[in-house]
Amino acid sequence: MSRSKQAHTETRRQGIRFSLSTGVPVHLSTSHILLWCLPLTFLALAFFFPLSKIFALTLLPSTLTPENLRSTQHVVFFTFYQASLSTFLTLLLGLPSAVLFSRFDFRGKTLLRALTAIPFLMPTVVVAASFNSLFGARGLLSTFHSFLFPLSSDIHSSTFTLHPFAAILLAHIFYNTTIVIRIVGAALSTLDPKLEQTARSLGADPFRVWLNVTLPLLRPSILAASLLVFLFDFTSFGVILLLGNSQFSTLETEIYFQAVRHFDLPLAALLSIIQLFCTLIFSILYSHLVTRTPHPITPRSTRPLKPQTLRQKLFVASLVILLSSFFLLPLASLPFRSFARLEADRGQRGEVQYGFTADYYEELFVNRRNSVFYVPPFQAILNSIAYASATVVLSLLLGFPAAFALANPTRLEKILDPLIMLPLGSSAVMLGLGFIITYGKWLASPWLVPFAHTLVALPFVIRTLQPAIASIPQRLRQAASSLGAPPLSVWKNIDFPILRRATLAAATFAFTISLGEFGATLLIARPEYPTIPVAIERFLSQPGGLNYGQAMAMATILMALAISGILLAEKFRLPNSREF
Amino acid sequence: MLEVRSLYKTYEGKPLLTGISFTVAQGETVCLLGASGSGKSTLLRMIAGLESPDSGFISFNGLDLAAIPPHLRDFGLVFQEYALFPHLSVSDNVAFGLKMRRMDQSKIAERVAGMLELVNLKGFENRNVTDLSGGEGQRVALARALAIRPRLLMFDEPLGALDRTLREGLLDELRSILRKTQVPAIYVTHDQEEAFAIADRVLILHEGKIIREGTPAGVWANPQAVYVAEFLGLGNVLEGKVRGKKKDGKWGVGSEFGNFIVRCSHKHSKGENVRLLARPFEVRNEANVLRGVVSDVVFQKDRYKVTLDNGLYLYVKDAPKVGRKISVRVKIECLG
Repeated sequence: MSRSKQAHTETRRQGIRFSLSTGVPVHLSTSHILLWCLPLTFLALAFFFPLSKIFALTLLPSTLTPENLRSTQHVVFFTFYQASLSTFLTLLLGLPSAVLFSRFDFRGKTLLRALTAIPFLMPTVVVAASFNSLFGARGLLSTFHSFLFPLSSDIHSSTFTLHPFAAILLAHIFYNTTIVIRIVGAALSTLDPKLEQTARSLGADPFRVWLNVTLPLLRPSILAASLLVFLFDFTSFGVILLLGNSQFSTLETEIYFQAVRHFDLPLAALLSIIQLFCTLIFSILYSHLVTRTPHPITPRSTRPLKPQTLRQKLFVASLVILLSSFFLLPLASLPFRSFARLEADRGQRGEVQYGFTADYYEELFVNRRNSVFYVPPFQAILNSIAYASATVVLSLLLGFPAAFALANPTRLEKILDPLIMLPLGSSAVMLGLGFIITYGKWLASPWLVPFAHTLVALPFVIRTLQPAIASIPQRLRQAASSLGAPPLSVWKNIDFPILRRATLAAATFAFTISLGEFGATLLIARPEYPTIPVAIERFLSQPGGLNYGQAMAMATILMALAISGILLAEKFRLPNSREF
Repeated sequence: MLEVRSLYKTYEGKPLLTGISFTVAQGETVCLLGASGSGKSTLLRMIAGLESPDSGFISFNGLDLAAIPPHLRDFGLVFQEYALFPHLSVSDNVAFGLKMRRMDQSKIAERVAGMLELVNLKGFENRNVTDLSGGEGQRVALARALAIRPRLLMFDEPLGALDRTLREGLLDELRSILRKTQVPAIYVTHDQEEAFAIADRVLILHEGKIIREGTPAGVWANPQAVYVAEFLGLGNVLEGKVRGKKKDGKWGVGSEFGNFIVRCSHKHSKGENVRLLARPFEVRNEANVLRGVVSDVVFQKDRYKVTLDNGLYLYVKDAPKVGRKISVRVKIECLG
């Protein structure tokens, strides 16, 4: 073969590889269709079919009655109201915090930033239980108050409790401030400081610089962050259910109440369709906003500086104190409360025995006759772990073929990619409702739960595996085989080490998502097979200090599991993968 | 008149500026020339009030500026990257300072039109600043700084991002605008040609101090310091040893390139080490001669740069052959 001909074939081969790696549509292949078989069947059965059932139920004339529509009105209104207010308050804390993290350097900055991110990664029940442990009627503040003023009244009618609506708002701020810090902070740190300096020299005082230069330039990022926060607040379920004392109903909680407490499935279906359309519109708005940048700014990273002037020092010090106490107190008070005896024990009237105790944990292993379960509460932990393991297996089984297909996209994948991400955008309660409506007759089986969890976890699993698979350099494989490695040993030496980390990360994701999943599980879990979050909800809704203590103990266990999950996933994460 | 007196500033624990003093008179353009990292931009930011000195004193027309925040100083700033507000149009950029002064809407429009005419950007009012070329962007930045009728204009490497031909054209324009408006200006750059072209007076900043100050011609003719001669690329800097004083008051200096006779106002003693500047141009009737074998010849438009095997370089009219031995009469002066 002549040199030129050899070079020609070489470039052709490179050309094909190029088109594969850049995702230019290549012809449809049967192998891709085979890869999609399992994941698509699952999605059709677990998501699209139930969704169509919900639609069908909603569109019945008996569902679209004037009184049904009227009864949704105040729910829709309150959902928007609480989400807007929560978003506004989150911005109020988030914007100064974004300035703090992107403009200033101070001791413990990395730690504080990590602290503000923890709530976002926690299961909702843990956040709700944490707030309850601090602000609730049996929480630390309340008991501390009655400890200081023992004569004022007894614990349960103590005045020192937070209004439920305030608790909801605080929990939402607690959850989502990190979003504002990340998105707006990133925009702030790439803002050219010379723009602000020029504005100063042109006669703008600091406030007008902020108003006329900084704020307009940050507007896209602030809008994006607000929309994302709004979306999370709009679909918030666990926080509203557990902290709202059933006084407040948003679309999410109302779907649950109608479906489970009033057995009005048509109304629940109607509510969930309204919810679906709202979240769809917000998601479209958000992705529209993210892909469009109106003012191309030359990115110039500004180095954060130590606070110089007295005003800056005051700003940094007060915000650091505020943030660290706001984020640390609830997270610390939960484990503390789970070990603290702050009220009279069973059968022990009058004198309160203050002190530390492991009672609440020990009680988890006891099957009391009049307990809220038919099994020892500890069983819930075992159930959760079993469900989580099943979810890991299922989601990896379905996620791998999909991720492989998506890593080498053809025209088919262009269509399927947004499709498999759809469950991510829909609320968990709606997924649960879909299961009830479609597979109601199998509700007695504990097997529906891992399927629902897989539905929630699958997008995360695919998004973790896909970049890892795509990152395996073809050239490395070719180099290995040209050096004489047979296919099996190529896989063993090249593919496996790269995929191992990603697989472990995906498995950890699936495991922790399943452990913390609340909305869907609450709707479909059998009473005799509770999970940890469901058990916490039941304990919290029962009277008595012991039940409360057990809720705290259970939530602490879940928190510990979630934190170890986060640390594990962080360890396996590919160094260059992004978080949002 | 701007007066800067014994300014000190440390940066990350290291002294950056150590005792800077100078003045800028009405209508005068002063150029701060120095290598990158010499603290020029920091000095500018301190005059603008965006940073504060560790110690020292900055005043304008006799009034101490220490307590006056940047937005009340009326000093215009022009940066290398123009720093145009990307969310505003060209005319809104120029009008920014006027709006901050709550000027009348009609007066603003009038002033903006006048400024855009001054910088040759008539008709650009509604353009997007992100669509401008580099030269146009810098003109908008200049118009914006001039619009507030500043008491002092400050330029931080304003032409650094532009290519050579554009830079020369804009430099001429800038000089005529500064002459027309009579605004005192401080011009920071590391490019000596730019500095000599625009400055009435040049200050050379090195290791936190102003080591040479004077008119461009004065600094060129008499650098006085080794660093100045090297930084400005005035010629070959040679090491020498004083051999003795001649009858006519000149000094005899010996070096590895031969013995030279140098006119010098310094007091020297025999055997003292001195540095000499050997200008690379041929000067007839000079007593001093540089010799060497040609190792490289580079064509440079109207002359040839000749490098000799002993490391010296010269500019000559006609290209000698490589390998030839040449000797050229040059002017040699003492750098102390």
